[in-house]
Amino acid sequence: MPRITLIEHSGKEHVVEAKNGDSLMTTAIKNRVPGIDADCGGACSCGTCHVFIDAAWMSKVGESGEFEEPMLDLNPERASNSRLSCQIDISDELDGLVVRLPEFQF
Amino acid sequence: METVVTKHSSRSLVGRDPWTIPLDEIDLAHPAIWQANEFLPFLARLRRDDPVHYCAQSSVGAYWSVMRYQDIMTMEAAPQLFSSEPTIGIVDVLPQFTLPMFIAMDPPKHDEQRKTVQGVVSPNNLKNLEGLIRQRVITILDGLPQGETFNWVDRVSRELTTQMLATLFDFPFEERNKLTYWSDVATAIPGAGLIKTYEESFEILKECLAYFMRLWRERASKPPGNDLISMLAHGEATKNMPPMEFLGNLVLLIVGGNDTTRNSITGGVLALNENPQEYQKLRDNPALIPSMVSEIIRWQTPLAYMRRTAKADTELGGKHIKAGDKLLMWYASANRDEQAIERPDEFLIDRDRVRQHLSFGTGIHRCMGNRLAEMQLRVLWEEILPRFQKIGIVGEPVRIYSSFVKGYTELPVRIIAR
Repeated sequence: MPRITLIEHSGKEHVVEAKNGDSLMTTAIKNRVPGIDADCGGACSCGTCHVFIDAAWMSKVGESGEFEEPMLDLNPERASNSRLSCQIDISDELDGLVVRLPEFQF
Repeated sequence: METVVTKHSSRSLVGRDPWTIPLDEIDLAHPAIWQANEFLPFLARLRRDDPVHYCAQSSVGAYWSVMRYQDIMTMEAAPQLFSSEPTIGIVDVLPQFTLPMFIAMDPPKHDEQRKTVQGVVSPNNLKNLEGLIRQRVITILDGLPQGETFNWVDRVSRELTTQMLATLFDFPFEERNKLTYWSDVATAIPGAGLIKTYEESFEILKECLAYFMRLWRERASKPPGNDLISMLAHGEATKNMPPMEFLGNLVLLIVGGNDTTRNSITGGVLALNENPQEYQKLRDNPALIPSMVSEIIRWQTPLAYMRRTAKADTELGGKHIKAGDKLLMWYASANRDEQAIERPDEFLIDRDRVRQHLSFGTGIHRCMGNRLAEMQLRVLWEEILPRFQKIGIVGEPVRIYSSFVKGYTELPVRIIAR
């Protein structure tokens, strides 16, 4: 089971066991990590599951997709390592992944 | 006000049997059924029997009604196919009376203009505004009469949202009622009371433009500030905006920030009165306020639909949509869709996945002010609970004549102090 670290804006860390095939958003919700709203339930259409990927993991996690990009682009806090967590599928490859949560979802 | 309504001459659904009426006679865009508060069973009928429904004949032309949550999600994910241009209301107003605004634009222009102004309602900015909003809420609530009947819409819902708008625009506070008036004019149906024709409404909105142009010039000559006018006057994508486009976007922000929240403030009081067990749940556990706020917004669905126009022939829910066809995405129906929401016809302030409603729309046009709306409602209820045992409804609410804006002009209430 891949272990994922989610760090709240306050600095509080949550190390969680993730299930392969779940999205990162689902992983956060299942583990009750605050700061992910996911208003659309994972359909890549609300932008409220925004996370920042740790620099060391960017290449493994990959770039935003075709439907994700327009939603991210409208977020004023968007950075080069921004992703929507509903669009990241957990796999063994991502064991050890570190992501940071924004102060607010938009 | 007795005025002849000319725009909707087709037959009203009021008094018809929703379960036996021939499908082709169901014209949801007719405002009467909404004002009479009899729309829900018609939405349920269409969800069951014809979830992508063609209304061939109505006084506002032919259009599709999209009833299901999932079909609306599909449409919102494809803004290039289901365009927001030329407008997001059912009526194609003559081009000379159509105001350009980003809610009715497609990418890339939509994105550029929206990005310029969204900072003002971003959570970071709102954090700085919360203290001021709370102070204003307290002043309004402490000024309410106790033990006598008054109109909640005027004294609270209207007043609070108008003050908020004046704050966001840094608009002269003593003249703030102009904002509400312009908002009402912008969404009014000609012949339904406030205005007689689109020409008249356009003339009034030109006064709005002249007023805001003065503010614009004043702000443009000063360093950038945190209010909306200053943002527009200094923003790269908006500073050279033609006057009509400026007006269009102003109207959008005024309407968007005004009657939607106003009607959710009223709708919340109504819902809690109709569901006393939920009101009790709230009193017992005020920590439920944020969750209740989302449920109120779902329950009210302050905008019943948004329109899209098909850019190409396509298929939706097994129906053939032709390029140029109008489609209304009925959020008011999606929010009651039993395939997407559990026990959708119950008002439950502690329901699971409470934020998963479509009142804000979704996709790139998702409501920009959603956090501001939620904050206003949250702060309001945080201040109501310690003050009043109950805001009791003592008469029938009066709903407005519109199939687009779901709202109220009157809600007679009486306050019971703690």
